[in-house]
Amino acid sequence: MKILIRSNFDLLLEALRKNNYKTIGPTVRDGAIVYDEINSTSDLPIGWTDKQDAGNYRLEKRNDDALFGYVVGPQSWKKFLNPPVYKLWQADKRGHNFEIIPEKIEETKYAFIGVRPCELNAIFIQDKVFTSGEYVNKNYKLRRDNAFIVAVNCVESGGTCFCVSMNTGPKAEKGFDISLTEIVKDGHHNFLIETGSEKGEKILSEIPHRTAVQNEIDSGNELINNAAATMGRVLDTSNIKNLLLNNLDHPQWDKVAERCLSCANCTMVCPTCFCTTIEDTTDLTGEHAERWQKWDSCFTIDFSYIHGGSIRNSVKSRYRQWMTHKLATWHDQFGSSGCVGCGRCITWCPVGIDITEEVRAIKESSK
Amino acid sequence: MASKEKPKLAVWKFASCDGCQLSLLDCEDELLSVAGAIEIANFPEASRAVVKGPYDISLVEGSITTPHDAERIHKIRRQSKFLITIGACATAGGIQALKNFKDVKEFIRLVYANPSYIETLNTSTPISNHIHVDYELHGCPVNKYQLIEIINAFLNNRKPNIAPHSVCIDCKLKGNVCITVAHGTACLGPVTHTGCNALCPSYNRGCFGCYGPKETPNTGSLADWMSKHGFREEEIVRSFRGFNAFAEAFRKESESHEK
Ligand code: SF4
Ligand code: SF4
Ligand code: SF4
Ligand code: SF4
Repeated sequence: MKILIRSNFDLLLEALRKNNYKTIGPTVRDGAIVYDEINSTSDLPIGWTDKQDAGNYRLEKRNDDALFGYVVGPQSWKKFLNPPVYKLWQADKRGHNFEIIPEKIEETKYAFIGVRPCELNAIFIQDKVFTSGEYVNKNYKLRRDNAFIVAVNCVESGGTCFCVSMNTGPKAEKGFDISLTEIVKDGHHNFLIETGSEKGEKILSEIPHRTAVQNEIDSGNELINNAAATMGRVLDTSNIKNLLLNNLDHPQWDKVAERCLSCANCTMVCPTCFCTTIEDTTDLTGEHAERWQKWDSCFTIDFSYIHGGSIRNSVKSRYRQWMTHKLATWHDQFGSSGCVGCGRCITWCPVGIDITEEVRAIKESSK
Repeated sequence: MASKEKPKLAVWKFASCDGCQLSLLDCEDELLSVAGAIEIANFPEASRAVVKGPYDISLVEGSITTPHDAERIHKIRRQSKFLITIGACATAGGIQALKNFKDVKEFIRLVYANPSYIETLNTSTPISNHIHVDYELHGCPVNKYQLIEIINAFLNNRKPNIAPHSVCIDCKLKGNVCITVAHGTACLGPVTHTGCNALCPSYNRGCFGCYGPKETPNTGSLADWMSKHGFREEEIVRSFRGFNAFAEAFRKESESHEK
């Protein structure tokens, strides 16, 4: 393991930009930490932390100058890998026929700075959705293959985090190019660095660093263990698939539907939710048409619309669809859970519906 | 399109502020293409030339507040193949529907020196309470791009791309930070029909509900949020009693917090 000292952090960003990466990372906007282009360390949320609970998020000042002293915010990397709205193709009328004009795929090389372990696992899940099997989403694949991932291990956990329950954190195990553990201790501010790919090694070789000593490695592990021991939430996943699928008529679904706004915020913020809809547009003359893709949600009525009407009319059936897909049927479909325990759906639900509480309520009453 | 006769469009006004018709006039660039694709046969706000009906599309703005208008709307229906109501007045009774919650005679007595000249109904009601409506376009005022979109969809024989879901979805697609969660600001976005591209939350203001209730709105749960965050009952009543006060979901919610 290596050490990068805080005062050289900018050199990491510079090295990435010199290698033609667009550097994207956390930054403060409108009272939250969002992901956007960052040009220097000063764009990062230096000295900020987030207090999170169900339906509640507030930024607070820390008593140190940590660069990554917070967890995840309302946005996730899917915003870049699978953008919320984009044009798939357009077509022009040619007599009785029409000609399809494919959209040029944007070749942007992104470097994602500060990808948390749960988020890395969410990216693996979306990789499976978009790039495995017969139908590959070429746009996603290109962006993904081009991306450089700087993971950041969590040394403090957030109020709604439960990565330990989902086995996705708080340490990044694989799939990164570089991983960092931030250590602010005894007047020192350093980053423990691990590389996970050739790309990562190349970048590291371009910036000043030194070999870590044992007590630095120990400090890093201690911090990560501490994060693991202080998770804001816990989800008991034992036998969860059968628990949910055997309780499709449980009264808890009615209870949650009384509170659920079917606003879809949970699905928009979830880093694994991948559903999209297609919108076909024309100009007034009908000579030109375009096909657009947009994030969609199982909480809307149109989502389950087939000839004759919607299948999931009640909010109850929509919440149940969402939760059983995440935690149960995802296993059949993609061979893993669809939840990485990031806690976003809990924090960003306006009325604070908590997936871990909902599972607990069903579990406790069906013992 | 060139070989066929152009479809005829008429625009009608009932009790309203004209804001929705102005949205159509505001489509400067697009209006030229609209005028190329359809014949604007009756649109007093734009031109005095009137072509006789029947009309292929009628856009109706405003609510029904007088006995005369309650008759007139039937005549318009008879002349229109496809009738679209536009705006909160036409689709929900508008801000003037606040009178539906009060004693109108009392108002008249207080406001007018000569109440005998006033001929008004006790209520302001949406057009759909009186006739069959083919499509309702929400908003106070309507979004001009959506207005063009329904005309466009009609001309091209397709479904309009106008979603009935929450404002929240568009708020998130834009990448906004939720002001309810991050600032504790009350926002009607989760129960409001989208259409404005989350205008107010984008400027850190809670949604006022211009587009009326969304599909399956859970106003009760949102009102609970307000109570828990220190809103008094009369403030909750007022939140749901705006331009879409008489839309069923908003009306029921405000009434349940009265007295
Ligand atoms: S379901 Fe909730 S906790 Fe799980 S990954 Fe999605 S947003 Fe995160
Ligand atoms: S669970 Fe919460 S965020 Fe999700 S749709 Fe229901 S109210 Fe909205
Ligand atoms: S700010 Fe309002 S509209 Fe936007 S997500 Fe939050 S509740 Fe919904
Ligand atoms: S009040 Fe709501 S519906 Fe009206 S413009 Fe603002 S966000 Fe849109």
